[in-house]
Amino acid sequence: MFKIPKRKTEKKRLGILQKKPEKLIDKNNVRLDGRKLDELRSVKIGVGILANADGSAYIEQGKNKILAAVYGPKEVHPRHLALPDRTVLRCRYHMAPFSVQERKSPAPSRREIELSKVIREAIEPSIFVEYYPRTSIDVFIEVLQADGGTRCAGITVASLALADAGIPMRDLVAACAAGKVDGHLVLDLNDLEDKGGEADLPLALMSNLNAITLLQMDGDLTVNEFEQVLNLAVKGCKEIYTVQKDALKAKYVAVKEAVEEE
Amino acid sequence: MTPSITIAKVKQRRIAELISHGKRLDERGLNDYREVQLEVGIIERAEGSARVRLGKTEVMVGIKIEIGTPFPDVPNEGVLTVNTELVPLASPKFEPGPPDENAIELARVVDRGIRESKAISMEKLCITPGKKVFIVFVDVYVLNHDGNLIDASAMAALAALLNTKIFNYEIKDDEIEIKLGYTQLPMADYPIAVTFAKINGKLVVDPWLVEEQVMDVRLTMTIDKDGKICAMQKGGYGYFSMEQVLEAAKIAQQKAEELRKIVVGE
Amino acid sequence: MSTYFEKRQLVVPGDLLAEGKYRAGDNTYKDDEKIYATRIGMVSLEDQTIHVVALKAFYVPSVGDTVIGRIVEVGISAWIVDISAPYPALLRASDVLDRPFNPRKDELPAIFDVNDLIIAKLVAYDRTRDPLLTVREPGLGKITRGQTVEVTPTKIPRVIGRKGSMISIIKEETGCQITIGQNGLILISGKTPEDERLAVMAIRKIEQESHTSGLTDRVTEMIRKEKAGV
Repeated sequence: MFKIPKRKTEKKRLGILQKKPEKLIDKNNVRLDGRKLDELRSVKIGVGILANADGSAYIEQGKNKILAAVYGPKEVHPRHLALPDRTVLRCRYHMAPFSVQERKSPAPSRREIELSKVIREAIEPSIFVEYYPRTSIDVFIEVLQADGGTRCAGITVASLALADAGIPMRDLVAACAAGKVDGHLVLDLNDLEDKGGEADLPLALMSNLNAITLLQMDGDLTVNEFEQVLNLAVKGCKEIYTVQKDALKAKYVAVKEAVEEE
Repeated sequence: MTPSITIAKVKQRRIAELISHGKRLDERGLNDYREVQLEVGIIERAEGSARVRLGKTEVMVGIKIEIGTPFPDVPNEGVLTVNTELVPLASPKFEPGPPDENAIELARVVDRGIRESKAISMEKLCITPGKKVFIVFVDVYVLNHDGNLIDASAMAALAALLNTKIFNYEIKDDEIEIKLGYTQLPMADYPIAVTFAKINGKLVVDPWLVEEQVMDVRLTMTIDKDGKICAMQKGGYGYFSMEQVLEAAKIAQQKAEELRKIVVGE
Repeated sequence: MSTYFEKRQLVVPGDLLAEGKYRAGDNTYKDDEKIYATRIGMVSLEDQTIHVVALKAFYVPSVGDTVIGRIVEVGISAWIVDISAPYPALLRASDVLDRPFNPRKDELPAIFDVNDLIIAKLVAYDRTRDPLLTVREPGLGKITRGQTVEVTPTKIPRVIGRKGSMISIIKEETGCQITIGQNGLILISGKTPEDERLAVMAIRKIEQESHTSGLTDRVTEMIRKEKAGV
């Protein structure tokens, strides 16, 4: 008699579920990805990386990979959308089909439509819209890989792309989310933490004007907790703001240093 | 898209002036809601329904219950889906067509309030785990737009859900057999949305249409029955300071309590 | 009253430049007694006014500017010209013909056709309408030879140099004729393609290093090295 070897059952291709981890934060207050509660994911930003766009920027924040491009100010097409006294800001937040675990259809989802709106409303206060009547400024945000907090990272690069395009701005807009996970208040939630946690609060800030331009929340927070999470998110935004400024200067500082060395 | 201001500058200035003196054009205080009128059970074909009149803003919500498959990651829970129609008859600004970004935002904010507060006991909507659950369709129909669609829609949705009855059933040989009688939709929380507008640096609750055209930004906070915040959404082209946001949170808790009595206490 | 920068420091939008009774100059704005930068650039204080020389900005039309544009559309009685600005520019047929346009006799494409380059002057522009061009003055009209180079318009003053010093050196060293459009387009016409290439190289270097000092010498050196190396 011989034993028929057991065939490994084939996982269904669809509906492969990530096993939900038991705990997202361990007893030493260390998160699954090794971060402290109030620690940002590692952030890398490049500005002016697309040749055709008037302005562009790219961010890698943790596993997020997001690209932003700006075209404008330019003539509005279709013409009837032009406003006589200001520019029209249009914004499109879109996720690539391969950006998430289960392929996402390229057609704009309701979530993308809502996010396009709130992102536009987050960056518009930073632009002097009255300077260029009868024009449009188009902002495109493409999420190439998503791991939670994409609308915030998207705002961060969109703001840099606008600055890169030479569009006059009041301030850069930096964005970051904070929330509550496993009972702890944390900064910069990744996808697992957002889905498994108790609250997520994305926020965008123009630092020098103390102006909050994006504020959303879903979850469950007492008013006290809310105040703490709000403060944490603002702290995160200010850290991102520093990275933004450095990235913007980097293009020019490198040249200056090279020249001074000669 | 960018809204263009359609009321005369003189009127805008008057509204802003009044508000800096703590008064509004319709004589309300900064923290006063318009009158709320509520009717439930008006559409017999729907499993639940309600109509809210908030001042002249009118929103109707119909609830339909169907049987469907659960999401794979939550096989024991029912499904909630919220849709909003800004029907053209409600306002000269609404055009026929699929939901635009405003309709979608409205639907998602109302949805968030219900979902995050766990207002509906979703596990009790499970029929056969992993296979069959109840799907709750919340359809928000805006009938007249006179400002603050979010709060009116959220109230109407809550009232409609409280009014909803699901038919009784029995599972025989893997088939669902409908029995006599109904059960109330199992509810565990009663979320209320409170929306503020910022005009001339001051916060006012329940902005009506004229104020919405003058405001530069709005902030909605949805509060559950324990006074906790379960959803928040900033909208519009302006911004808030941190102090204003915290001030709004405190006022929202108060106002939510008052409004909840109207919706639940009826 | 205080300023928060060093001379020719690189600033970015939102940087706080000064506080107090200063005036907000180019590429800055004032909010509540504080002056902030609106663009990336080099900041300086002149006469109680804070200026930022932007390192990157698009061209905003200004009446009196000489610009180089490309015909993008031939209309019934006018041409639409791309002058690398947020607005398309208009050149009326009556401007070229020096008499009212006659649709039976005049054929616009024969004068300027799509993709032709022209040197023109901006005669009218305000918030309610697109910029209007003229080609009536001497030196204006269709470009028939040479190549164009596009730089960000804020660098044009650097390309010209103080009292024209930089551009004179490039012209001398390369033997090219150079026409500068305020909208960032520069026309280079040399005796040989090699001469033109040197001029383009020099301009590109100026664009890259415009925020550094000693540029005039380095540009001269570069051109001479290139000529020798060939």
